[in-house]
Amino acid sequence: MSPDPTPRPEHLAEPPAPYDVVVVGGGIVGAAIARDLGGTALRVALVEGRDDVGDGTSKANTAILHTGFDATPGTLESLLVARGYDLLGEYAERTGIPVERTGALLVAWSEEERDALPGLRDKARKNGYDACELVDAAEVYRRVPALGPGALAGLTVPGESIICTWTTNLALATDAVGRGVELHRSTRVEGATVGDDVTTLHTSRGDLRTRWVVNAAGLGADRLDAVLGHDRFTVTPRRGELFVFDKLARPLAPCIVLPVPSSRGKGVLVSPTIYGNVMLGPTSENLADRTATGTSEAGFDFLLGKGRTLMPALLEEEVTASYAGLRAAIDRDDYLIDLDVAQRYLLVGGIRSTGLTAGMAIAEHVRALLADGGLAPLDPRPDLPAPPRMPQLGEAGVRPYEDAAAIADDPAYGQVVCFCERVTLGEVRDAFASPVPPCDLDGLRRRTRLMNGRCQGFYCGAHAAALVESGGVERTPEVAR
Amino acid sequence: MSALPVERVRVAVVGGGPAGLTAAAALATQGVDDVLVVEREAETGGIPRHSDHPGYGLRDLRRFVSGPTYARRLTATARDAGVRLETGAMVTGWAGGRATTRRLEVTSPAGRRVVEAEAVVLATGARERPRPARLIPGDRPDGVWTTGQLQNLVHLHHAPVGSRAVVVGAELVSWSAVMTLREAGCATVAMTTTYDRPDAYAAFHLPGRALLKGPVLTGTRVVAIEGRGRVTGVVVETLATGERRTIPCDTVVTTGDWIPDHELARLGGVELDAGTRGPLVDASLRTSAAGVFAAGNLLHPVDTADGAALDGRHVAGRVAAWLDGPPTALPVPRAGGVRVRAAAPFRWVAPQLVAPDGGVAPRGDLLLWVDEHHRFPRVQAHQDGRLLARRRVAWPAAPGRVFRAPWSLVAGADPAGGDVTVSLG
Repeated sequence: MSPDPTPRPEHLAEPPAPYDVVVVGGGIVGAAIARDLGGTALRVALVEGRDDVGDGTSKANTAILHTGFDATPGTLESLLVARGYDLLGEYAERTGIPVERTGALLVAWSEEERDALPGLRDKARKNGYDACELVDAAEVYRRVPALGPGALAGLTVPGESIICTWTTNLALATDAVGRGVELHRSTRVEGATVGDDVTTLHTSRGDLRTRWVVNAAGLGADRLDAVLGHDRFTVTPRRGELFVFDKLARPLAPCIVLPVPSSRGKGVLVSPTIYGNVMLGPTSENLADRTATGTSEAGFDFLLGKGRTLMPALLEEEVTASYAGLRAAIDRDDYLIDLDVAQRYLLVGGIRSTGLTAGMAIAEHVRALLADGGLAPLDPRPDLPAPPRMPQLGEAGVRPYEDAAAIADDPAYGQVVCFCERVTLGEVRDAFASPVPPCDLDGLRRRTRLMNGRCQGFYCGAHAAALVESGGVERTPEVAR
Repeated sequence: MSALPVERVRVAVVGGGPAGLTAAAALATQGVDDVLVVEREAETGGIPRHSDHPGYGLRDLRRFVSGPTYARRLTATARDAGVRLETGAMVTGWAGGRATTRRLEVTSPAGRRVVEAEAVVLATGARERPRPARLIPGDRPDGVWTTGQLQNLVHLHHAPVGSRAVVVGAELVSWSAVMTLREAGCATVAMTTTYDRPDAYAAFHLPGRALLKGPVLTGTRVVAIEGRGRVTGVVVETLATGERRTIPCDTVVTTGDWIPDHELARLGGVELDAGTRGPLVDASLRTSAAGVFAAGNLLHPVDTADGAALDGRHVAGRVAAWLDGPPTALPVPRAGGVRVRAAAPFRWVAPQLVAPDGGVAPRGDLLLWVDEHHRFPRVQAHQDGRLLARRRVAWPAAPGRVFRAPWSLVAGADPAGGDVTVSLG
């Protein structure tokens, strides 16, 4: 395997002083909280059980930057999604997280769904979002000509956008590290001892001592909560399977096509992806197994059936990838963010796919709660480093392979090592040299798009594996006899 | 983008596999003095580079050599003929987004530039559909490869494979995978095919059979892959009974199920055939974009490497004629061509156009792909309900490889008539 940048257990044992805060969970939410607290004078650690940040629920969501138009008004989720939309949108511009302002269109396929549209528009207004418009069938087809027959009406949501969820997570984690947060990957919290002033987290790599604990453990949040003596919620892994279609299908989906919630259950969406593909999904299935990220025949059949109705032309295109992501569903209709001052413990639970958008707002909210709980100092440091500039993974922007100036400066940006996704050796090298480098091929995929394309390794797979081994250093492969 | 340097060449060949190399070499030999082959890999030669077993060169070189030897010979021939071979350079699109400009955007470590050609030959080949495109559900463990990736791993990178493999598919390329696995010390414990019999040339089939450590499971499909981390097994369903069982293994190779690498053609608005999914061409291998030709397995996924090479030889003459003649002398195929269509059990046919000035197809063959086994096939062509021709051929029609029928079946089509349908009679 590649060199592991995570400190070894001996580095964890008996640090000179306890951390002020340990954030458990290196997904979007945990990384956002760690980044936010890292902007203060506090000593902060971000602890992730897996080998990489963003390797759990955060890596396989639908990657939409939500306006929050359809949240339940008055909930914490509705407030934080709306606030997070602005925060992340602005942060994306500063860091180069790819965003495409595609807009969304809810499409009604039945009388019931059509009758529900005005209510959805009103709900959006209650959520402070006034830009939705009702449109007739002709306008629906004008906007998305490839839709199958039978669409009756639509509701526009111009602000809905697509975003790169991987880059978002990495930007937040990289920024956190830049601000002095200590990142411990491959460090699973297995137990905890709460003392008078210090909590000791027993991890797979030794003990970590901290004054405060923030639980942003996603799928594992209820278990960590139980470790700390609580019994208040259960995370039900909800599997969502989806298909990613070939980039050549991208013109079929000029915007996000959303289903209208109805008595027939939740439909699936068709969405362009930031990498220039088209996504169909997700399914929704509650599971008991928190590691069941496999796809299923039933899921595939369901998606193909839906796709045939929604956008028949899409099914003529090649499927580039199929994924199953797990969402951390809980048995209530809102985020569960709760402070226990006596234990110096804060739970951030029940964060669904909207957490991608809400993450930075959740971090703000968490900081306010911690301030109320007596944690200090929480003022921003004056000497904060600039946020990182992230690699340009978005298809809409100029990527290194097409950047003549970048190639002239550094020929490695002209050496394409993944043909389908046009990833260059320079980008692979940069990923390994970054503050949060990849630990394996999957981590490299999320940082560069390497091997995410239609050939899935037919041409470049062996070369990619060699690059992971060498940490991004090109070795001339030995040509066969 | 407008500031990119422009290089002008007479002919740009995209793809340095057997078709592209042979086309370029033939053009240079015919006196076209400025032929550039752009190849994105580090070496020219295409897929034969990593198919390290004999079986190459029979029909074009009149030799029987290994893939790597074949790739080196074609490369040397092209270079000796005066062709410029540019490796590690990728054509990423067309300037202006249209193939008709014949202006290719090229990225290489030397920089980004536009190559403007009087004629372009697309020879981008085909790839095997990987597991996601085959819609095989289940876990996503390591150890699931296409033949292409397997052979890259074994022959170019000398990487370890596993010890027990299941090969999905039992066509020509599948036996090539079995041989590569054996070389890497991995036993093939089963092969699966949806067809009711395995299909490959006897020359491959027999030695392959000797290497196979398990059964060929005919009439089956793979319904799931199991394993977290590494593959632990595949679930195979017998089509007739629905019965399922798990075959333990640590390696799965999905073979065959080829699709042309048509990205560049599509990006340039070149018209595709729905059957092959490659460019629609006439017997001169002209595409719908004037001055843009295509050759090799981009057109017929997939024929053998020597078949692709002979396409290259054929197209060279047509490209030379285009370079010599006034541009209007050769209309794009749609101006006056009769469309040829395949009827079941044929899946596709190539070339798909009979043009008045299109001449005869490469080697005089109409290429077809068949979904059923027919031992003594009789092929027929109809136009507007009228039988054009009917021929009995002396070889079987079998799934998993190209079936050849005489071009003369369709050559007599009425240029003013409707579509021609090719079927079994």
